[in-house]
Amino acid sequence: MASETFDLIVIGGGPGGYVAAIRASQLGLKTAVVEREHLGGICLNWGCIPTKALLRTSDIYHLFQRAEEFGLKADNVRFDIEAIVKRSRKVAGRLSGGVGHLLKKNKVTVIEGEAKLEKGSKAPKVVVKGKDGKNATYEAKHVILATGARARTIPAAGLQPDGKTIWTYKEAMVPDALPASILVIGSGAIGMEFASFYSTLGSKVTVVEMVDRILPAEDEEISQFAKKAFEKQGLKILTKAQVEKLETGKSGAKATIKVDGKSETVEVEKVILAIGITGNVENLGLEALGVKIERGHVVTDGYGATGVSGLYAIGDVTGAPWLAHKASHEGVICVEKIAGKDVHPMDKSNIPGCTYCHPQIASVGLTEAKAKEAGHEVRVGRFPFVGNGKAIALGEDQGLIKTVFDKKTGELLGAHMIGAEVTELIQGYVVARQLETTEAELMHTVFAHPTLSEMMHESVLDAYGRALHY
Amino acid sequence: MAIEVLMPALSPTMEEGTLSRWLVKEGDEVKSGDVIAEIETDKATMEVEAVDEGRVGKILVEGGTEGVKVNAVIAVLLEEGEDESAVKDVQSSASQKPAPKDEGKGKESKSSETPVERSESRGREQDNNEVPDRAKSASGSSSQKGEGSRLKASPLAKRMAEQEGLDLASLEGSGPNGRIVKRDIEAALKDGAPKAAKADSAPETKAAPAKTEPGKISVASLNLEEGTYEIVPLDGMRKTIARRMTASFRDVPHFPLSIDLELDALLKLRSELNAKAPEGVKVSVNDMLIRACALALTSVPESNASYTDEGLVMHKHADVAVAVAIDGGLITPVIKKAETKGLAKISEEMKDLAARARERKLKPEEFQGGTFSISNLGMMGIKSFASIINEPQGMILSVGAGEKRAVVKNDALAIATVMTITLTCDHRVVDGATGAKFLEALKPLVEDPVTMLL
Repeated sequence: MASETFDLIVIGGGPGGYVAAIRASQLGLKTAVVEREHLGGICLNWGCIPTKALLRTSDIYHLFQRAEEFGLKADNVRFDIEAIVKRSRKVAGRLSGGVGHLLKKNKVTVIEGEAKLEKGSKAPKVVVKGKDGKNATYEAKHVILATGARARTIPAAGLQPDGKTIWTYKEAMVPDALPASILVIGSGAIGMEFASFYSTLGSKVTVVEMVDRILPAEDEEISQFAKKAFEKQGLKILTKAQVEKLETGKSGAKATIKVDGKSETVEVEKVILAIGITGNVENLGLEALGVKIERGHVVTDGYGATGVSGLYAIGDVTGAPWLAHKASHEGVICVEKIAGKDVHPMDKSNIPGCTYCHPQIASVGLTEAKAKEAGHEVRVGRFPFVGNGKAIALGEDQGLIKTVFDKKTGELLGAHMIGAEVTELIQGYVVARQLETTEAELMHTVFAHPTLSEMMHESVLDAYGRALHY
Repeated sequence: MAIEVLMPALSPTMEEGTLSRWLVKEGDEVKSGDVIAEIETDKATMEVEAVDEGRVGKILVEGGTEGVKVNAVIAVLLEEGEDESAVKDVQSSASQKPAPKDEGKGKESKSSETPVERSESRGREQDNNEVPDRAKSASGSSSQKGEGSRLKASPLAKRMAEQEGLDLASLEGSGPNGRIVKRDIEAALKDGAPKAAKADSAPETKAAPAKTEPGKISVASLNLEEGTYEIVPLDGMRKTIARRMTASFRDVPHFPLSIDLELDALLKLRSELNAKAPEGVKVSVNDMLIRACALALTSVPESNASYTDEGLVMHKHADVAVAVAIDGGLITPVIKKAETKGLAKISEEMKDLAARARERKLKPEEFQGGTFSISNLGMMGIKSFASIINEPQGMILSVGAGEKRAVVKNDALAIATVMTITLTCDHRVVDGATGAKFLEALKPLVEDPVTMLL
């Protein structure tokens, strides 16, 4: 039984875990990462990155179909689904390898295998079952759980992947062929990205959402805008709808969906489950250690402490928002706290959210409704893409940038965007929020012309009745 | 070794001031005696002179910056052969060094200390590379974030503080490099004082930041209709007046004593004097009152006193402070040793002091340290009033208007020019009888003014 002692062992090599490990090593901690599958975690291998590769293809394909509009001739444009998937996997593989190099460069030990925790003195011991099936025990002063999350399933309603007809993100990412029809259950970021990808390539896509609007985490106006845009593209969207029954047959699946009290049946070739995320908290020995788990996620304080001596948790396993950048940042905060640095818990309202469907959606902070709920008197600014020169030149004149300010203090409470490249634009507002600018600083900021970012300026101006170009 | 130029304390009570403007810029050579900057305090504008020779390496506090803490490093002078890197050394060490806050308090002699003297002494401390004891003892009292540079706060924090009436200088910033951010404001508001007086940065606020203070008034609490008012920000002088008068009226057990004085003789003497006076000399009634009060104080020495917990301070000279109304407030320049000065001299000094007071150009020693005050609203037609004690002085005389009144002389009605004067006394040091004795001594000096010429 091999035994090695570390200052810190991170369980999970995803964007939370590997970033925490690198930061720990930078701070002089002897650090190890335990990874059971791929360095880079779901994000790099089965999430953020490979889907962006797929969506890049569908975006280009979409542009090809608009070739004439741009004065181009492109006849007989076809796609090769196998090659599309291959590229996506290649991108993921390249980045996963990159993480390995980063960890090596930062002198982080990578332990391959599946970890389980056992009671230790200062911190739990980490028992790793290696690829060879043998157990090795490691001790560390601190242990960080960064085991991530996976797709939520509801077996009782048949909402459970079978790997063939009913997919999760994982199967949806590596199709053999383009399904003729797809039912996407759940209209969050994951659901809408796949819906957008498959719809653009030509699948007939139906999206089912339980609440009254798609992308329910986004601002209501953005949801409405998105719904119209998707419907224009040919997506069928059912809101206030619930899948009551899901049966699979030879040629596909039959779903009984209750919409507004009436049941209807939808037959599709494939189903993609995107009904949420649940933390990977099982088989880690957490119960025996007394780790508090609520609704499938580890409960922590603002610095990742679990309440069990020497044990911390970060990222998806600790709950929403399930975002790679949130995990990375939590990892850094947790490690810096361990190292005795003066840090503050992350302000979750400063975590941007991006959805890479077409049109893209990005947001940070409070929605207008949430702001009002929180008791703010608000000032709202809006600027449509049709008023922006760059957007028109790009042929992307559909979109909206909405800003929400506190009427009294001028705090930028939230920003909500839909349209081309907004996932890149949002960071401007995130920086503004982090630096706690008010409307005054934003108004005094010079935005380059011609850029899409000018709309960010105009939206702020509009909140104060000063928009110049609309 | 680069020389720090520190924010000077222009008065014992000064905690912060406005660095109005720089008269030099980075890279300028300065010689000792050169005026390098102007500092505006709650009372006056002062010139800061360089004593050392050197080149201005770095200006750390921009001209026009308000609320610069005393002893904050405002600039760095480089000595010959030094380059910019020396600036950094000074900045980094300065930021670690607590500012001795209490310095000068109760030690009036310190108030005239020049900024460069300070910087020299600080420079020495730095050579020894140790924190002086006095600084240690001051740690924990005042924050040091004002030192060396402007207050670091996010725009949102600044605006929230302004709206909530929080003094940013009283808060500890939790952001990067001590930057005050929204959560610090929220924490301060949560801890107490959701509505502190707007923009008040009185020392009380600093000592107990964000604690509920009785008597704090917010604009919101006035329940005014929007648009029916505007807000004039509190400047240093207004804050000082508000703070000092509130403290005095609340803490000093004061009582008024009033008498009437006949002025006809004094007015007659004044005309005669002015008729015969050399060109440029014109004695005023007020000048004569200053002289009379000085003499009365000398003849009733127990009335010329200040209260302290350690004992009554009996002043050996009559340093008569005279309230001068100026734009935006008032200030009390002092005629020092007035008992030793003739009317012409008093008149000349008073004219000069009043003129410079109006320009806010008085030096601290010129408006500090009086032992007695006179406030005259007679020229504005006020019949009688009782002023608030100008701490730590034991008495203040309020002078009403001289007017013709019916008086009884030798059991018959007569007309005389009469004015009512009211002496407000600090009962801790001046009892009723003592105050009365002073007035008893003053009355003949005014009514038979030839005696004051002696």
